[in-house]
Amino acid sequence: MAGTPLLVIEELRKRFGALEVLRGVSLALEQGRKLAVLGPSGSGKSTLLRCINHLEVPDAGHVYLDGELIGERCVTGGFRKVSERELAPQRAEIGMVFQGFYLWPHLTARENVAVAPQRVRGMSKPAALELAGRMLEKVHMAHKAGEFPERLSGGQQQRVAIARALAQEPKLLLFDEPTSALDPELIGEVLRVIQELADEGRSMVLVTHEVRFARGVADEVIFMDEGVIVEQGAPADVLERPQRERTRAFLGQLVSH
Amino acid sequence: MTDLTAQAEQIAHFSAVLLRGAVTAVEITLGALLVAILSGLLVALVKSSRSRLARAVADVYIEVFRGIPPLAQLFIIYFGLTYVGVELSSITAAIVGLGLNGGAVLGEVFLSGVAALHYGQREAALAVGLTPLKSMRFIILPQALRITLPPLTNYAINLLKETSIVAAIAAPEIMFYARNLTTETFQTATIYLLAAILYFMLCFPLNRLASRLERARAAWR
Amino acid sequence: MIEFLSVYAEHWSAWWPQILPAVGVTLGLTAGAYALSVLLGLGLAVGRLSRVRPVRWFASAYVEVARSVPALAILFLVYFGLVPLGLTLDAFTAGVVGLALCHGAYMGEVFRGGLEALHKGQREAALAVGMTPRDAFRFILLPQATRIVLPPALNMLIVLLRDTSLCYFITTPELMLTARDLTSTYFLPLHLYVLAGAIYFAIAFPLSLATRRISRRMSRGLRQSV
Repeated sequence: MAGTPLLVIEELRKRFGALEVLRGVSLALEQGRKLAVLGPSGSGKSTLLRCINHLEVPDAGHVYLDGELIGERCVTGGFRKVSERELAPQRAEIGMVFQGFYLWPHLTARENVAVAPQRVRGMSKPAALELAGRMLEKVHMAHKAGEFPERLSGGQQQRVAIARALAQEPKLLLFDEPTSALDPELIGEVLRVIQELADEGRSMVLVTHEVRFARGVADEVIFMDEGVIVEQGAPADVLERPQRERTRAFLGQLVSH
Repeated sequence: MTDLTAQAEQIAHFSAVLLRGAVTAVEITLGALLVAILSGLLVALVKSSRSRLARAVADVYIEVFRGIPPLAQLFIIYFGLTYVGVELSSITAAIVGLGLNGGAVLGEVFLSGVAALHYGQREAALAVGLTPLKSMRFIILPQALRITLPPLTNYAINLLKETSIVAAIAAPEIMFYARNLTTETFQTATIYLLAAILYFMLCFPLNRLASRLERARAAWR
Repeated sequence: MIEFLSVYAEHWSAWWPQILPAVGVTLGLTAGAYALSVLLGLGLAVGRLSRVRPVRWFASAYVEVARSVPALAILFLVYFGLVPLGLTLDAFTAGVVGLALCHGAYMGEVFRGGLEALHKGQREAALAVGMTPRDAFRFILLPQATRIVLPPALNMLIVLLRDTSLCYFITTPELMLTARDLTSTYFLPLHLYVLAGAIYFAIAFPLSLATRRISRRMSRGLRQSV
């Protein structure tokens, strides 16, 4: 559907118990564009990301990927939430990279990447392993393909996690603070891979604390606080000439990277 | 009404008898615990020796005592040894038998406890000028103790439960008295229920203590 | 030593016809009680993690009680104590049930450890990559839980084998009771009980070796469950 944005989020709301974490967030992302989401902890940015692939189910609002409703079905009279089973193929179109990597410890790096194409998309085992090999090469981890996650450094694990997300050939990539759990010297290798993916023209939403990186890689930046988008625009505008006080305060706090 | 009071009296009588058994059970537990700790330390020492033969001997000891039921071990010690002229009282046999059995278990506990201590601890102690003896006393041993205390407590509780089998060699502990009472009064269900409750009252608080120790250790790490 | 062993040669043919079925009973007790305790353990593990409070409470209480009462006491209660309630079990069944009731609690804790050790992120990563909950369970969660659960579960088998000796007290015709019977006829306590011990060892030792090898293989790829 040419002309329709790849990702459309309409008025997302989410509360956890008494706490309202998302208070009506809307945005749109065109194909091939990269969006960076910044904000203090508790601002709802992770929740926003997790609502996109419905790991958190929003209380209100809608998510559209390439024109298709995610996590819900349009029925006469309104919308109906869809089962986990029906969500699975939708999630396969969205790649997610977690802060904690969450590689599966009982599988080698190659197996970690290959299991989804094999078991979800029904690829044959040799084809899946070959695909895994290519994805690992992409993230410069081919030499460790046969290793178990426990033998890999944090940065290496995260890169395998990225390969794992790529193997499903997703339309959209979501990064949930991919470097926050890494030692400083390992952050660079992961950011490099993300930059390469960005240069390839992939669509992505990146939640991060790495402001300088965000400035370099993103086409658009949003700043969130207390469940709403406070400011959004081009990186240069938001990051260097913030209009809102809250944005300014937040950026001032961050150690310049 | 008198029926109820008669029952209550009977239960009181049973409990009093069983409690006598409890005392013996605790005695045997403490005795066997001592034997187990000593032989466990010995096993741990031998197993960390450089001699392959010594290590093999320790391994055999451990495997034998882990592969044979405690009941069989008791029978061998109490009945079997009479064949070669060695006669032990039932309580002594119980303490020796259960204790040696425990040595196999505790040996491994002590080994893993010491192994859990990072090699660097000892080096740091020496580097700061402590003699090997002092570093053992102030650095290694206190930590090793903290690490091995929870499994040790768990073992002690299991030991207390294990003493129930010494009734088979006529040691006067709880199950022994229970069986005697059943032959006298045929109130089998009540008596065994009381025995179970008695064990529970002994072991449950100990289990809670052990859990608390385990949590404290986890927090301390 | 030769003298010692010659006694066995002398009496072997007389003892064997009684010992062999006894070993069968011991193995039967072990297998039956193990199967039952695995089922009970699974139930208890799920129960302890249930969201329904009375279920959780019952499962926890059961485990606490079973851990504080000796297996022997439970065996007696099952064999003797159920009679006034109208349930008279034969010695073998009582043995299987009693041992299972006791060991089921321990198995429950083992299974619970397996279930709890799985980090939530593992499941999320599986869902994020497009697996259905069932797929996630099958390919990610179950294999990992198995690796955690298998070594202690196998170890419990060996412990159970040892505990079948307790059925001696409730007159189940297992190895210890048979050995005891034979001593009253032949007056050779040392030889007979050592024989019994050796038989137990002959079964338990290979199991122990196998368990250790399996445990080593399982611990590969387990240390970091982030």
